[in-house]
Amino acid sequence: MIETAAIFAFVCFALGLVMNLWKVVTAEDVADRILALDTMFINAIALLVLYGLALGSDIFFEAAMIIAMLGFVSTVAYARFILRGNIIE
Amino acid sequence: MSLFLIAALPFLGAVFPALLIRAGRNASASAAGLTTLLAFVGLMLHAPAVLRGDVIQAQFDWLPGLGLNANFFLDGLGFLFASLILGIGLLIILYARFYLSREDPMGNFYTYLLLFQGAMVGIVTSDNILLLLIFWELTSLSSFLLIGFWKHLPEGRQGARMALTVTGAGGLAMIGGMLILGNIAGSYDLTVILSSKEAIQASPLYLPALILILIGAFTKSAQFPFHFWLPHAMAAPTPVSAYLHSATMVKAGLFLLARLWPVLAGTPEWFYIVATTGLITMVLGAIIALFKDDLKALLAFSTVSHLGLITMLLGFGTKFAAVAAVFHIINHATFKAALFMSAGIVDHEAHTRDIKRLGGLRHLMPITFAIATVAALSMAGIPPFNGFLSKEMMLEETVHTAWGGSAYLVPGLALIGALFSAAYSFRYIVHVFLGPKRSDYPAKPHDPGVGMWLAPAFLVGLVILIGLFSAKIVGPLVATAAGAVIGGEKLPYYSLKLWHGFTPALYMSIVAVAGGAVLLMLHKPLARMWDNAPRPEAKVIFEALIAALTRLARTITDGLHNGAMPRYAAIMIAFTVALSFYAYQSGTLAAPTRTLQDVGLIPILGWASLLIATGFMVAMHRNRLLALVLIGVVGLVVSMGFNYLSAPDLALTQISVEVVTIILMLLALNFMPKETPIESSAGARLRDISIASVAGLGVGGLIYALMTRDFIGETISGFHLENSYKGGGGTNVVNVILVDFRGFDTFGEIIVLGIAALVIFALTEAVLGTRVRAYLLNRKPDLPQAGDSHPMMMVVATRVMMPLALMVAAYIFFRGHNLPGGGFIAGLIAAIAIIMQYMASGFAWATERQRYPYHAIIGSGVLIAAATGLGSWFSGTPFLTSAFGYIHWAPLEEFEWATAALFDLGVFLAVVGAVLLALESLSRFAWQPGANTDHAMDINPARDDVAKTENEG
Repeated sequence: MIETAAIFAFVCFALGLVMNLWKVVTAEDVADRILALDTMFINAIALLVLYGLALGSDIFFEAAMIIAMLGFVSTVAYARFILRGNIIE
Repeated sequence: MSLFLIAALPFLGAVFPALLIRAGRNASASAAGLTTLLAFVGLMLHAPAVLRGDVIQAQFDWLPGLGLNANFFLDGLGFLFASLILGIGLLIILYARFYLSREDPMGNFYTYLLLFQGAMVGIVTSDNILLLLIFWELTSLSSFLLIGFWKHLPEGRQGARMALTVTGAGGLAMIGGMLILGNIAGSYDLTVILSSKEAIQASPLYLPALILILIGAFTKSAQFPFHFWLPHAMAAPTPVSAYLHSATMVKAGLFLLARLWPVLAGTPEWFYIVATTGLITMVLGAIIALFKDDLKALLAFSTVSHLGLITMLLGFGTKFAAVAAVFHIINHATFKAALFMSAGIVDHEAHTRDIKRLGGLRHLMPITFAIATVAALSMAGIPPFNGFLSKEMMLEETVHTAWGGSAYLVPGLALIGALFSAAYSFRYIVHVFLGPKRSDYPAKPHDPGVGMWLAPAFLVGLVILIGLFSAKIVGPLVATAAGAVIGGEKLPYYSLKLWHGFTPALYMSIVAVAGGAVLLMLHKPLARMWDNAPRPEAKVIFEALIAALTRLARTITDGLHNGAMPRYAAIMIAFTVALSFYAYQSGTLAAPTRTLQDVGLIPILGWASLLIATGFMVAMHRNRLLALVLIGVVGLVVSMGFNYLSAPDLALTQISVEVVTIILMLLALNFMPKETPIESSAGARLRDISIASVAGLGVGGLIYALMTRDFIGETISGFHLENSYKGGGGTNVVNVILVDFRGFDTFGEIIVLGIAALVIFALTEAVLGTRVRAYLLNRKPDLPQAGDSHPMMMVVATRVMMPLALMVAAYIFFRGHNLPGGGFIAGLIAAIAIIMQYMASGFAWATERQRYPYHAIIGSGVLIAAATGLGSWFSGTPFLTSAFGYIHWAPLEEFEWATAALFDLGVFLAVVGAVLLALESLSRFAWQPGANTDHAMDINPARDDVAKTENEG
């Protein structure tokens, strides 16, 4: 049962990732692309945790944690760049 | 005293004059003098043994793999030169103390002088030609410093540059010649080379080696056509001219000719190249010298002439000529150094050395007059002074020498040389000291203090004594030195005495002296003719040559390096592709041994995302911000790939490096156009696209080929896996490799990282120190700005994140030895945690709270790593050997300690410092102090107070 659920979840998040990428490529506005990239980070975290669950390993936990903790910093940097031009004022 | 110490003493002592100059000029001069005296005494202790015919040796294998051994030996020839270098060095140090004025940096002078002295002693005592070459180059460099000592004089700088160019180019040729010589002989040790005469002269490479070595020797000893640098080097202070350009450095070339005489001499090639060059140089130098009005220029050309004389004697290749050459080296060093010093005295006291403005000085400077007269008469070859003796021997030898079948050519030209030599020597006496006293000297000339005339007087004393009692005083020295030159064979019959009877040489001497006197009487009309005659100006030719070379170099360099990245990349990649294609064509490729694995759906999706993102990037790369977003996508997918392919350490590093890179790029993009302009033509782009595609496909194919086959040998991975815990005490092999197996590499890398950050800082400082600063301060953003400079939500979020992120960094750091993590990743995480504060709360806010400068953090990191590495020495193990063990403290569980963790702490600190220093430096470009007065949300109570008082007020 859990395996089926895991596979289902894998497919969902993977599709999410691909759709994010679709948006990065096709979006009109850079802001939309950045948003799509940020969502890619979230889907990546989900995939990493799921992979760990599926393998029964906790080795990917730190990677997921660091993406969660630091991934947003680059998003913020892009956003500041669009808004202010200068990211460290 | 050991030969090592004698050669090293001047180098060791060179430190003291520069330091002691603070204690006064006497202290500085005494330090230099004592060092030289010590070395001289050490040398003299070897005198009895050397004069007995022994050879003193000292050996030390330096780089045996290259054949470079620090072997020294002292035989008669080396002893003669070493005593000249150190003995005259002592006199020069004394003379210079009184010659240099108060404004001259005397400490520097003595330091350069001692460096030069050490290099010269090294040349003459080296028993290894590679070692000799090192010292040879050192003399070029130190003489450059000495010639250009008066930095404020353009002639000094130009002369120094010319001397360095000519002697340096000669040195380069000589390296080639010496390598060939060593190759023929099978050893770079001189003693071995000197004993393989037959092999060397029979070798087809004999002539190339000979020519290359001769170029080196001739440039150094100012032989025609390389003689022109010596007169220009006269811009140096007179002590330098007296020391380098009469007694020592210019004789290095002669020394080399004499040293290699046993193996190189005796062939027709040697005779026609060396003797002819010497003969031309001797005659040409003597003629030019007569028409020079500058005292030092006259002496410079006379030196050129005398060096030519000695070269010619060595070139004859006969044993008698070798004896005469050695004898003349001694005599020339004594009278010429004295002459230079007396010229310096005249210059020093009369404030001019233009012969046209001098005359009649014998009344005003009797002591100088006496010194100069004796030395000049010796130079002219007048008995009973020492110059007469060796010149007689020279003339005697020319009579027995036929050049190309003509028996009269060599003696005839030698006679002309001697005639002009007598003429300029007489001119030095007559036009400077004799004649009526003048009233228009630039200064009132008088004899100098004893300190200044003592050194030349001593030399003049030698001139007389050697002349009168030559056999007693220098007989044994000449015999051993000449014995060393001719390679230990039996010396020919000769006698060092004034009267040999009525020989051809005596008649030639008489003709030369009488003719010289006549020439001097005719000097005025002759000089007018000389001035009107057209003749090539060496300096102009030299400078035109250098300018042409510079143009050529610039054309080539600019052609290859035009500053365009595509060109560099195209050249490099096309070359690599061509090389790889050749390797593929000429090598063999075995059949694949591995089968492909099955791939799941998600890896395929990841792969496809990578392709899509990259392809889109290629299409849209001119939009720079979009390119950065796509880099983010690529980075994310790659780090996912690292996770999937079991490289969690790499994944962690990749994620954190991505963030730092994006911040760095965005900081730079602020100052750059947001679109990349199209600069190259369609054709060029097509070319670049094809090169890139071929290279990309090639690398892809290479990797595919590599991964579908097993390695031929066993890889190093097995060793690392086995020994990671045993040797390094950690189960995370990646980390153990970084901090233990390859710890030395890591140590080097953190140093490089720190240096890179410091360079970024230095460049920032340099740019912000110029007018650019004003431009940056007044810069208006190129795009409209929206929103808040420090949004509250971001400020709160980052401040809450900071301790969490630092905690994670600590966690990643400590577990690194056994599980994915380590100092490098932890450092990146900590740096990002801090850079978040810069972004959210502003540069000013973050800088105020920055207590430790980032430079110091880098430095402490490197020092901690170094100290950890050195710590292993105390337990007698090699650098960076790690130790580990287990500790159990009551309430805690048992845990491991490892010195590797301390090393990792160094890595951590260096990474934090380097990343922050680099980013902070770059963000300073855009920082406009005072532009954003709204403070970031501040929990500083003091500021609340300020706000309150402002409100109340």
